[in-house]
Amino acid sequence: MSELKPKATRQAFGETLAELGATHPKIVVLEADLSKSTKSEFFAKKFPERFFQMGIAEANMIGAGAGLALSGFTSFICSFGCFVSGRYDQIRMSIAYADANVRIVGTHAGIGIGDDGHSQMALEDLGLMRGLPGMTVLQPCDELETREMVKFLADHQGPAYLRLTRQNLAPVHGAGYEWRFGKLDILKRGSGLALIATGATVQECLGAAAKLKERGLDVTAVNANTIKPFDENGLADLAKTHSRMITVEDHYTTGGLGSAVAEVLAERGMGASVALKRLGIREAFGESGEPAELYWKFGISAAKIAEAASGFLS
Amino acid sequence: MLTCMEELRLQARKLRISMIEMLVEAKSGHPGGSLSCTEIVTALYFSEMRHDPKNPKKEDRDRFVISKGHGVPAVYAAMAHAGYFSTSELMTLRKTGARLQGHPDHVRLPGIEASTGSLGQGLSVALGMALASRLASKPWHTYCLLGDGECQEGQVWEAAMAAPKFKLGGSLTAILDYNKGQIDGHVDEVMPIEPIADKWRAFNWDVSVIDGHRFEEIIPALRASRGAKGRPHMIIANTVKGKGVSFMEHNASWHGAAPNKEQAGKALAEIKAGLV
Repeated sequence: MSELKPKATRQAFGETLAELGATHPKIVVLEADLSKSTKSEFFAKKFPERFFQMGIAEANMIGAGAGLALSGFTSFICSFGCFVSGRYDQIRMSIAYADANVRIVGTHAGIGIGDDGHSQMALEDLGLMRGLPGMTVLQPCDELETREMVKFLADHQGPAYLRLTRQNLAPVHGAGYEWRFGKLDILKRGSGLALIATGATVQECLGAAAKLKERGLDVTAVNANTIKPFDENGLADLAKTHSRMITVEDHYTTGGLGSAVAEVLAERGMGASVALKRLGIREAFGESGEPAELYWKFGISAAKIAEAASGFLS
Repeated sequence: MLTCMEELRLQARKLRISMIEMLVEAKSGHPGGSLSCTEIVTALYFSEMRHDPKNPKKEDRDRFVISKGHGVPAVYAAMAHAGYFSTSELMTLRKTGARLQGHPDHVRLPGIEASTGSLGQGLSVALGMALASRLASKPWHTYCLLGDGECQEGQVWEAAMAAPKFKLGGSLTAILDYNKGQIDGHVDEVMPIEPIADKWRAFNWDVSVIDGHRFEEIIPALRASRGAKGRPHMIIANTVKGKGVSFMEHNASWHGAAPNKEQAGKALAEIKAGLV
């Protein structure tokens, strides 16, 4: 398929949402002055009557999206992940507590945005969203997975958070990929060590696995696309056959994927048999720079993951 | 619909009696801001709103969002007396497992349109409901009750800016329960909101200022706002915190404290006698 080129997941989201508008008359989209960046502009152009430009006022956008959802519509509210998750109390009360059918779309995840620096980087959003009862939390790793998730969210009941990238991501899946909600996606089966990633770091882990293969190390690579509800049984199965795990995320090491994995291992009594290393942004703020350089600097590039894995195995 | 003002006054008295009874049973709650909005809530539930207590999810129902969630005892009392549930359930307020949570819970109690209690959020939700009625070409009207202290929240002004943009006049009515008090004292001392009518006008709302305890003023204001076009309508209702109970009136210490049995007895006697 010609479309399987590197693509930002925000772009895939915007395109899919604009397609779904034709078949889903109850979809409404709310935006806080970033439609060109979140790609909600595609929907806005096709369905202007169902697009609400709320201005630079995310809290009000969250409430209005909830009000529309409580009145029978399916609201997609869009902004950078940091700005929308930063209005946590509004999400907690107006969306989560009311069980409103709102899809919170947070783009520009993590240090992968590069130049703009920390203020625009969502680094705690997974932890925040994971803490809310009833909130589904999804993070796709490529275009096809994004399309599957957006279609799923068009018909899903209950609140959800979708975390997307600014930067292009290489296709991980081939045409015909069928995403399974709530299931770990095993991309490559190896032994001993499992690399578990989500979103933009999935391709980095695949790159790390290839480097390790050159050194004779055949590791497992896993795409954790559903952060909540987390695939506890799938992880426990992995833990039976892997004595080491490394989680890799463009997010703080607290609250997100690494925490979800640690919780399962501890609660299942598998902490003693599986050594866990969490890679991500640890006790530091993001900063401006080239995305690839930042991934290297913060230790979540393919080379750095491979290095960490080698050290972990020796 | 009760249109006779005297009947509405009697209904408001029934709600006040129920509120005192439920608060003394719960041993906690917010009498001051519940009593101040009693006439407004009575006018909505027993005169102006198109709703069906036996079918609280009816699609075309009018929506009422109480953004000042701590005033919900007034709404619970109105809902019970209107027939949403039995008045005996009022005695479960704030008890473990109750549908009548300390602040409104949309999921637990059908008829509660939004979950509120963290101040400043209700007008945004109501705005979304008003957008929905217009988008779906449905006739429902959305009412939102705000507190005065609540207007210190920035989100209120985000919503205030947005409603005129979407020309929600005739779809959305905001009502301010201007009882002049908040937990830590007088609104003017804690954080002044004046000139409040000018602020809403400056945000392109039509504003009317009324006595929030006189049905003769509440009913016409609500009807005028419902029939409006273009600019949304804010009704600033001057009220008395703790209205109807002499020792609670104008007294911020009754913002969030329930009466004990002796105080409740005195309050009920005053309300029943219509002394205040």
